[in-house]
Amino acid sequence: MNSVGSECTDMKRDYDQCFNKWFSEKFLKGDRANEACTPLFKKYQSCVKKAMKEKEINIEDVERTILGTNSEPQKPPSAKPSSEESTSTSGSS
Amino acid sequence: MARYHSKTTVLQNDWDQVASAVWQRYPNPHSKHVLSEDVISRKIEDNKLHSFRLLTKTNHLPKWGERFLPTGTPKFASIVEESVVDPVAKTFTTFTWNLNFTRIMHVREKVVYSVSPENNDWTQIHREAWVSSGMYGFIRAIQHFGVDRYKKNAEKANMGLRLVLDKLFNKGQEVATEQKPVEKKGLLKEKAKVAKEAAIQVAQQKAQQKQGTLM
Repeated sequence: MNSVGSECTDMKRDYDQCFNKWFSEKFLKGDRANEACTPLFKKYQSCVKKAMKEKEINIEDVERTILGTNSEPQKPPSAKPSSEESTSTSGSS
Repeated sequence: MARYHSKTTVLQNDWDQVASAVWQRYPNPHSKHVLSEDVISRKIEDNKLHSFRLLTKTNHLPKWGERFLPTGTPKFASIVEESVVDPVAKTFTTFTWNLNFTRIMHVREKVVYSVSPENNDWTQIHREAWVSSGMYGFIRAIQHFGVDRYKKNAEKANMGLRLVLDKLFNKGQEVATEQKPVEKKGLLKEKAKVAKEAAIQVAQQKAQQKQGTLM
């Protein structure tokens, strides 16, 4: 898969390979130490941040925590039970 | 006021496999609309993995929607994905929303991948979406288009994930869900009605613009 900056795609691939291995072999099995992929991540990150700046995508807009906060939208009271597929109108935006 | 849509699906793969596959779901034959994906930040807090990712996707709009875009507007949408993986509770939660074009259409989606209550070796995917628009006079048409497109993309997402699971672990089976052909017929009629209403509103606005009464 491509990176937002085409020059970052190879670095992304290297980091992703490291991360995917760490995630399934360590993190999911209880080893929460995260250092193994850090050098690759730093290199990839510096490239991506430059590409985002060029495309005028603001990093502060991206790193905005919503899960578990008041900004997280809620299921409307009128919606059917979640085991079915349903579409309805919510009062909250 | 947002339109809300939710759907629950079950995959016959265990949660660990699905969690690994979620990170590796792009590219796949059903994700041609996804142009790029990048991890922006990652940290472990309280034994949970928190990530922020940036995705860019193509932003196809129907003909009547393209008039809202000034000439030269980039055709791609920027989407943020916030996620939390809890390996103890076995939940993987993502929350995605679009960064740009939000006045025209704002789509927020929350997905929770968890162990299926039916079978410990299966994974439940619970998707919820909220679709809203700030375009006065076109809200209903845009929301309808947005929900319709979201449903198609959610189905592509599930199909893509099954393909990736099959590739990684040689098994990506969905438990069969019932089809509702009668509902489909009603939806087509509704779609045609909404498109017609949108076209009428566009014509009315043009006429008002000519008279100089549109604010």
